[in-house]
Amino acid sequence: MSTQVFYFVATLSIIFSLLVIFAKNPIHSVLYLILTFFTFTVHYVLLNAQFLAVVNFIVYMGAIMVLFLFVLMLLNLNKETEPSKSPLIKIVGVIAGGCLVVTLIGSLKSASITSPLILKNPGLGLVENLGKELFGPFLLPFELSSLLLLAAMVGAVLLSKRDEVEA
Amino acid sequence: MESLSNKKKVLEQKPLSFMEKMYLPAIAKGMGITISHLFKKEATIRYPEVEREFSTNFRGMHSLKRDENGKERCTACGLCALSCPAEAITMIAAERKPEEKDLYREEKYAATYEINMLRCIFCGLCEEACPKEAIYLDGPIVPADYLRKDFIYGKDKLVEAPLEMKK
Amino acid sequence: MDSGFVIEKFILVAVIFGISLVIAMYSTYAERKVAAYLQDRLGPDRAGPFGILQPLADGLKMFMKEEIIPTSSNRFLFIAGPGLALLCACIGTAVIPWGSPVLIAGKTIPLQVSDINVGVLYIFGVVSLGVYGVMIGGWASNNKYSLLSAIRAASQNISYEIAMGLSIIALLLMTNTLSLKEIVDQQHGWRWNVLYQPLGFLIFMVCSFAETNRAPFDLPECETELIGGYHTEYSSMKLGFYLFAEYINMFVSSAVMAALYWGGYNYPGMDSMAVWLGPTWAPLFGTAVFFGKICAFIFFFMWVRWTIPRFRYDQLMNLGWKGLIPLAIANIIITGVVIAIIEKF
Repeated sequence: MSTQVFYFVATLSIIFSLLVIFAKNPIHSVLYLILTFFTFTVHYVLLNAQFLAVVNFIVYMGAIMVLFLFVLMLLNLNKETEPSKSPLIKIVGVIAGGCLVVTLIGSLKSASITSPLILKNPGLGLVENLGKELFGPFLLPFELSSLLLLAAMVGAVLLSKRDEVEA
Repeated sequence: MESLSNKKKVLEQKPLSFMEKMYLPAIAKGMGITISHLFKKEATIRYPEVEREFSTNFRGMHSLKRDENGKERCTACGLCALSCPAEAITMIAAERKPEEKDLYREEKYAATYEINMLRCIFCGLCEEACPKEAIYLDGPIVPADYLRKDFIYGKDKLVEAPLEMKK
Repeated sequence: MDSGFVIEKFILVAVIFGISLVIAMYSTYAERKVAAYLQDRLGPDRAGPFGILQPLADGLKMFMKEEIIPTSSNRFLFIAGPGLALLCACIGTAVIPWGSPVLIAGKTIPLQVSDINVGVLYIFGVVSLGVYGVMIGGWASNNKYSLLSAIRAASQNISYEIAMGLSIIALLLMTNTLSLKEIVDQQHGWRWNVLYQPLGFLIFMVCSFAETNRAPFDLPECETELIGGYHTEYSSMKLGFYLFAEYINMFVSSAVMAALYWGGYNYPGMDSMAVWLGPTWAPLFGTAVFFGKICAFIFFFMWVRWTIPRFRYDQLMNLGWKGLIPLAIANIIITGVVIAIIEKF
């Protein structure tokens, strides 16, 4: 049952991710991205990672994508304003995409197919266990990443206040 | 500039104090005022069932009066129509037949008498103009209706009920 | 999964869904009545005795009205917007514990659809998703006022979600759990969280006013500036869905406030009541108490709406970012310090 759900949701995620790329309208693209994130949330639930699922739901779907949508709605992108792509850019894009494909294939080839990974502790994704992990063995990376976010936030405030400083 | 009249008052706008910035005391006060109104008597009158008491000189719907014997007083002189500033009144006069002596007081009477209630401004000039004391604006408020033609009131609606019925 | 479990849950979901819809329906009536009585008026009193059939009449009117979809709008999203708003409003009821388990026909039935151990976060997720209904509808209308209002709604909701989340963290420090059921059970009798977290409750309440787009934070539908707000172009039942979603949101956030801070289905003297009423009726009485608290909160929402004028947009943002967020952080620190001190001694 769980495997079937996984394959169903996985198909959906792939379809929606493709639609993100192929949608003509940027707003539709963002909406498909939201749906993709929703399927990711379902994946997390299937993996019994409830906390991660809800955080993905709140942070990605509920906050970050709202901001994306927010900005795109303000931009009011039309067909006329779309920059024309020169052949050079297209060639560069093809090369870059090709590099990515090669890397992906290479990494997939080297990764041997193992039996499904079974966690020693299936309840690791629950809030309590995850919290103990984060604030125990992973305390330093956790605090460092929060410091990084703080720096990013201060930087953003500084950027938005730059005009006042100069004036 | 100096004001000559010396009546000008300069409004002093102080920055909000800490308590005022908290909003909460002011909000509590306002909430107290609104909740006190919950227990006050409502000013609404349920109109069609209950009617507001009018002042003695209220001018409402017209009524064509009868004399003490139950004969219609109106003699179709047309003075009311002439005095009407809104041109709301119109009538057709007719001669009284001998057998109609109990119905009409004068030899000439109004065969039709129409007031357009949409035109009428309830000024009461017809009342003052009438030499026979036949028309008075002593009725209730003119009710609402759906069609324009229904606002043209004929004798069926205007003439007072016969005397016998009053007893 | 045995079929009895599925049927039990199905009935519970249907009942809760029905109750929340009826409460939302009668909230519209209550709103008009409360507004009237607070302004020395009578309110609707024509449809049925005291006008209690007014919501039905309103619903009928909404269904009968002409359906207008602007030609230059995005048709699919235009229809999806109100549906999404109503959906997000309704699914919030899934994790709220409506009462302690009831003994019916020799079977103990929990009065909660699902007791997931991240219940509080689930509520947050649903609330944060609710803004999509407004944004999509506002954008798909292809009307600048709708768009402005959708953007306002989005930025308002994001700003106040932060303060809301921070105010909850202080509560979670005390309760040590994210499950709503456990949080409510910890407030047995008189040990309501609001007595320990008054500041947290105040912040949470203000934020839930902003999250539900209720006055004084109803800027997304500010008539004087934005015509009708995000639902300017909507008519018929699609407009009804948006209005209905607002009332369901109000019901859900009242329920969350009552559960998190005001003891949920707990009330003083509940132990002696449990002995007196027995295992079937005592939990149901607790549920009635819970609904009483919810109704009190709904009344409070309306009372505030008819008292406090709408905030200006910069005031709203100032209050959110410079007022509530620092306060909530201070609340977390104070709570943390106090808990640390208590654990030391």
